[in-house]
Amino acid sequence: MGIIKNMGLKFKWLRRLFKKKRARIGIYGPPNAGKTTLANRIIRDWTGDAMGSVSQIPHETRRARRREGVTIESNGSSVTLDIIDTPGLATRIDFHDFMAFGMNEEESKRRAKEATEGVIEAVKWLDDLDGVILVMDATEDPYTQVNVTVIGNMEARKLPLLIAANKIDLPTSSPARIHSAFPQHPLVPISALEGQNIDHLYKEIAQHFG
Amino acid sequence: MKGIQLDLISEDKLDGMTPMEKVRLILDEVRMGKILVLEKGLTPTEQNKLIELTMTEIAQDDFSGIEIESYPVKHNDTFFSKLLGKSTLKTRLTVIGPAAQLKTIRKDRDLISAMVSP
Repeated sequence: MGIIKNMGLKFKWLRRLFKKKRARIGIYGPPNAGKTTLANRIIRDWTGDAMGSVSQIPHETRRARRREGVTIESNGSSVTLDIIDTPGLATRIDFHDFMAFGMNEEESKRRAKEATEGVIEAVKWLDDLDGVILVMDATEDPYTQVNVTVIGNMEARKLPLLIAANKIDLPTSSPARIHSAFPQHPLVPISALEGQNIDHLYKEIAQHFG
Repeated sequence: MKGIQLDLISEDKLDGMTPMEKVRLILDEVRMGKILVLEKGLTPTEQNKLIELTMTEIAQDDFSGIEIESYPVKHNDTFFSKLLGKSTLKTRLTVIGPAAQLKTIRKDRDLISAMVSP
């Protein structure tokens, strides 16, 4: 880290004093990584509500959902965030994939159309965020183009990024593989479904987005 | 001879194009069934544009989108950039093709392994 940047950190209290607003944080990742499950976990833990429905079928979330003013407290520090749960990012959407889950053709085509609109919305939200929680499926190859694209975007904008290596409740998960792929970013292994290590995630959220 | 056309586009040619020209070229060529190898990858902003435009062009029975794979960006840190706390990012080789024909098998920091089907 640069000397000048290091000096800047010493004035963090000053930046906090003049901070314009609460941070707007997007939850990003490929379809079925567990974004909405994590959003639901965070919202439920800190407000008692839920964000949206989850499903095994990809692109269950096809509109970005926003929850304002979620206050997370950890280790004596507190941060208030606007959380945006975004549709899964993808570069291909084939309606046949939905038919494999038992949907009829008409339903599958409608879902595919809505999914394309959801991806566009997720991309557009990148312009209006203060930071990102990138949810990666820890059982999958971390070098997906979605991960590379989101990380590239955050690095180019110099915005904070926190990687949530999700699904550590599954035996084939490997958060270490994700860490070795993207060692420059903080990573927290979690199970959004089971709540494993979620307190550690809250601590990192308070630290990185506060 | 029948086969899949593979176009390798140089860094120099890409440098002479605007972001929209690049995205348009990629989508037009990929929709014709070509596989493109870009010597220098797209910037994050260009990738966003490409994803957005791809989504608008997906047609249910005709075009299901693209497969794109690139190596993660490289940080070009010099003494002065470190001093100023500013690092520059260098995009790297990128492969793009029709999602129906190009499938990535394996990818890591310095290897992209893919299958192309006719």
